[in-house]
Amino acid sequence: MSGAFLQQLVDSLAALMLLVSFALLAQHRMLSVLNWFAAQGVLLAVTAVVVAYGTDNHELYISAVMTFLLKGLLLPWLLWRVIKELHVHREVEPLMNMPLTMLIALAVTLFSFHIIQPIEKISELLTRDSMAIATACVLLGMLMMITRRKAITQVIGFLAVENALFFAAIGSTNGMPLVVEIGIAFDVLIAALIFGLFFFQIRETFDSLEVDIMQSHLIQEDENE
Amino acid sequence: MTAMALAITACGTPLLASAIAPALGGDARRSILCLLLAISGLSAMIGGIQGLLTEPTSLILPLGLPWLPMHFRVDGLSAFFLLVIGTLLLPVAIYSQGYLKGEKRLGALAVFLPLFVLGMLGVVIADDAFTFMLFWEMMSVSSYFLVTFEHERLENRKAGFIYLLMAHLAGLLILGGFAVLYAASGSFEFSVMRAAHLFPFWATAAFLLVAFGFGTKAGVVPMHGWLPDAHPVAPSNVSALMSGIMLKVAVFGFLRVVWDLIGPGDFQWWWGALVLTAGSASAVSGVLFALQQHDLKRLLAYHSIENIGIILIGLGLGMLLAHFGHPLLAALGLIAGLYHTINHALFKGLLFMGAGAVLHVTGTRDMETMGGLIHRMPATALFFLVACVSISALPPFNGFVSEWLTFQTALMAPQLGGALLTAIVPFSAAMLALAGALAAACFVKVFGVVFLGHARSEHVAGAHEVDGWMKLGMAIPALLCLLLGLLPVMFIPLMDAIPASLLHVSLGAHLYEHGWLWLTPVDATHASYSAPVALAGMLGVGGLVYWWLHPKGCRIRRGALWSCGNPHIHARMQYNATAFSQPLRRIFAGVLRPEEHIHVERPAHKLLTRRVRYTVHVGDPAVRHLYQPLARLTLGLAKRVRHEHQRGIHAYLAWTFATILFLLVAFA
Repeated sequence: MSGAFLQQLVDSLAALMLLVSFALLAQHRMLSVLNWFAAQGVLLAVTAVVVAYGTDNHELYISAVMTFLLKGLLLPWLLWRVIKELHVHREVEPLMNMPLTMLIALAVTLFSFHIIQPIEKISELLTRDSMAIATACVLLGMLMMITRRKAITQVIGFLAVENALFFAAIGSTNGMPLVVEIGIAFDVLIAALIFGLFFFQIRETFDSLEVDIMQSHLIQEDENE
Repeated sequence: MTAMALAITACGTPLLASAIAPALGGDARRSILCLLLAISGLSAMIGGIQGLLTEPTSLILPLGLPWLPMHFRVDGLSAFFLLVIGTLLLPVAIYSQGYLKGEKRLGALAVFLPLFVLGMLGVVIADDAFTFMLFWEMMSVSSYFLVTFEHERLENRKAGFIYLLMAHLAGLLILGGFAVLYAASGSFEFSVMRAAHLFPFWATAAFLLVAFGFGTKAGVVPMHGWLPDAHPVAPSNVSALMSGIMLKVAVFGFLRVVWDLIGPGDFQWWWGALVLTAGSASAVSGVLFALQQHDLKRLLAYHSIENIGIILIGLGLGMLLAHFGHPLLAALGLIAGLYHTINHALFKGLLFMGAGAVLHVTGTRDMETMGGLIHRMPATALFFLVACVSISALPPFNGFVSEWLTFQTALMAPQLGGALLTAIVPFSAAMLALAGALAAACFVKVFGVVFLGHARSEHVAGAHEVDGWMKLGMAIPALLCLLLGLLPVMFIPLMDAIPASLLHVSLGAHLYEHGWLWLTPVDATHASYSAPVALAGMLGVGGLVYWWLHPKGCRIRRGALWSCGNPHIHARMQYNATAFSQPLRRIFAGVLRPEEHIHVERPAHKLLTRRVRYTVHVGDPAVRHLYQPLARLTLGLAKRVRHEHQRGIHAYLAWTFATILFLLVAFA
């Protein structure tokens, strides 16, 4: 395949990535959030394969497989189990209404394109156009953490930030050394496991997964002291 | 031994004292503590004199950080301050042997007093910024424990807190100044900083940081808020050290960084003007507020502010003159400031020791309950009088010499650039004169109310003289006050090493071109002063008057005091401290803003007055208009931040998000 075609392909994948990030932010139901999160993981794996082919970097194939298994299958499945076991409410319960969130998300995306412009001018990488999108995805993940009430959606927001960072890493360096990637993958896995454990523990202690209620418990304890 | 060996001995003995004195018990603890401090003072004194006479010596000790051993250096400036410290430390150590007798809780004092002394000595001989700050903080922190020595009283804890706060603020500013110098030179060592070239902007930044830092620690108006609270509540021997030397160590720091490390070559005209203005403001407001105090030690603390102001007037004049290319006159200003530094250490130490003796015997610091102590404590009264005359700048004592030198510098300052500067120098000279006159009035009040007249309360009436140790401790500085007043011609050449190293000029030859009797700062046609001649004149005139009033054979007849026909003489007929300062309170009401209340009791009829009660309170305007608004602002902000802290995880995340956006904008 020609370089121009690969370039087009990577750009389209980046565009899809941005679309998925918006979709994650726009969901009302918990299960569809999870589905879109899984889709993001798969998309990430595909991007890795394309970049690996384009740059002839064989280590990236391995990390693509790992990404697919971990972020496309294992993590969504873990979270799905948590939701099922804990009987989490199926609605997402945003703190801010959806239209306003989308407007902010739009502004943040424009902002990241503006910020990245000087870098794109000097870069000669295959994936240089995807940098702005990766930055936008990081910020959108954070926005998701801010505007959602449930602890579990915040965790998904966090993992989305992590995905975006991985995307940025592929985009900016043509893939990090394999050792680093394996390390990061393990970190994410462990983080997800710990989050899962915490959910159960928090549920037992506070009888809820809403962070505001946890906080009101803490404040009451302070006042009791 | 060399000056450096003596300086290290002076530093080592307090360390030894703080290590072994707490382990001992009873009288042995007190004696060992005082003995070791006296040895430290003596070696600092001798080391200082030797350091002034010989070339600078350096020493590197492999202590402290692994990549930064401790550098020490005894040059002219540090030798002079070693001498100042030693000269007061020795008598205070002797005095403490008597003063601390019967003190139950010596433990804290035995640890922190030597550490405090060690901190001051270490600052003076430090030769790199790290060592300097280490000893500086040791001095600040250990003196906090001395201020809160009687911590069971709320006012002492409050004073201690404000002191600690201001000391840390000062430390932070000084650290900032060193950071600037480090950035310019790339080394912590003073020798490298001295050689480094500074851009005017960075020199100004360093100057402002250290000027405000050391100014806070020296108690320069308006950063003096901690001083009148902290000095009175410490034990009196510590007050003597704090007021006598600790403030001087701040002056040393200022000289070391601004005059030595930054150097007179980088001075800008407004630096000197700023120091001069701050000095004038401190001198006048210090003495004005001192006049309104009736707590003896608090009054003395306000006088420390005044005297720091006088020192700064000398140094500020020196900085102005150095900038405008008159190094010889600049050296004169510097010498005037330094001379006042050692003078103030001596007489203020003596005054605090005298106040401590009174407090020790009567158990009170309130002047309104004192009176007539001259009959009960004649020796203390004599020494106190010497200090009063010295601080009032009257010949033949030492205070006159240094203030006279400052005046000479101001009067000889030629037309400096610009109308503002030409106006500011005579103005500050006028302020200095006003401060001198008011100080004399204030010490007439102190001595009159405390020592003369009749006792105003029972426990003062039952007072007795203090023991030999305390008397000896007060006699030494009293004698030195007289000697420094009589023989400035002997002493000033000793200090010549300092202008020689800082300004590369020597005053030497000019000073005594008319023989050892006459001090001629610049030129005999301008002005000269001879203390021995003045003393001889005073004694001669005094003797003649005495001889005229008491001719030979005329017996002295003692009779009852004339009491305007009133049969009973009552202690309340006397002028008291509040009454004495009433006229000045009226004149300066615009500055002092006294809160006066007159309460008249007329229970039966409006013409039948039973009792009139007058109360007055003079608050410090700096506290009211600067410190309290600042404190309120800080607390208000803290409250809002605390509110923000309780906002929950979404607020935290939002702040993180905002920070990332901000950083992206700022650095992209």
